[in-house]
Amino acid sequence: MTALDPVVLFFLLGLIARIAKSDLRLPEALYDALAIYLLLAIGLKGGVQLAQQPLATVLPQALAAVALGAAIPLLLFPLLRAKLSRPDAASIAAHYGSVSVVTFAVAASFLAARSIDTESYMPLLVALMEAPGIVVGIVLARAGGGQRIAWGPLAHEVVFGRSVLLLLGGLVIGTLIGPEGSRPIAPLFTDLFKGVLALFLLEMGLVAGGRIGDLRRAGLFLLAFGIAAPVALGALGALVGHAIGLSPGGAALLATLAASASYIAAPTAMRIAVPEANPALSIGVALGITFPFNIFVGIPLYLQYARWIGG
Amino acid sequence: MQTHDRKMLVIIGEAALERSLIRDARSFGAHGYTISEVRGGGERGDREARWEADRSIEMKVICDEAVAEKLAQHVLASYAPHYAVTLFTADVGIFRPQKF
Repeated sequence: MTALDPVVLFFLLGLIARIAKSDLRLPEALYDALAIYLLLAIGLKGGVQLAQQPLATVLPQALAAVALGAAIPLLLFPLLRAKLSRPDAASIAAHYGSVSVVTFAVAASFLAARSIDTESYMPLLVALMEAPGIVVGIVLARAGGGQRIAWGPLAHEVVFGRSVLLLLGGLVIGTLIGPEGSRPIAPLFTDLFKGVLALFLLEMGLVAGGRIGDLRRAGLFLLAFGIAAPVALGALGALVGHAIGLSPGGAALLATLAASASYIAAPTAMRIAVPEANPALSIGVALGITFPFNIFVGIPLYLQYARWIGG
Repeated sequence: MQTHDRKMLVIIGEAALERSLIRDARSFGAHGYTISEVRGGGERGDREARWEADRSIEMKVICDEAVAEKLAQHVLASYAPHYAVTLFTADVGIFRPQKF
């Protein structure tokens, strides 16, 4: 039996604090700073490792990740459409097509604590999987509606939004400086990573706990969806990971990405592109159900998936 | 000291609207604006500004009555149906009429 993961316990503490109506509140500026740190640190780590292998060799995996991100909303949309309006179904599908970087970070640290190796280019896949699901979700929302989509501002929002910008920026900087050049910044960006992630998860617990009210309004259908979707999508991600030749650790990470729902890039983009969708539903299910589910249950399950399929 | 009458239009809304609101204010003829981050609640729940998608802004535009009216109508027609938006005007006295 492995020791309890402090990151998970910090999340639980935040959740309890929020449910108990504690006055605990992290300053907004700290939340922003921690988020920027995490995105850069994940990008840098991947970049430094990426520097040691030719980029062209990861092209098939990169394409598969983009295709997976785009396929997820297409799979979920018909299911959601059974109970929800077109804009709501498309918006929720887009949240699940995109990815949660924090869930990825928790999964990566879960694997690292168990000395399970993963492919160095996984952070690149995170950055690549942010946008396709959002684009497909917007197209689904607008299909048949005849309304024109202003793609320019949206593309700007997604590509130059801070999550993709910092992830890709970190990857490029990491690749340019390599292992040698990264040594001076390693005390900040490598050694402190787990502690910062724990602190961020405390805040995420507070945020997720605040969405519980939304869920009461969302009803049983979305509650079931928030658990069934990651369980099924995790299996799909693990299968795709195995098919494109990832190690069990890499397949577990791809499963986590497939199973996770975005709560940063997708809500902002959908708010601009599909304003008639109710954000309380999509954010409630992504952040109130799927995020905690993945932290507590999903991540160990996806590693198990990867082992079953790989073995 | 002499003051000149103007309207102050205050728009409180989701942070996702910030860029559009700035563009609209400029295009309707406002000379300037001030934006701050705020939090609050309404009929459809609370917006606590805890993370990106939960943030709200307050935009103040001081302008003449005609501009305030056009801008307010546009905001009510384009954003109010689907976004959390509150707006109101107030009469204010300004010192430098050429600035507004």
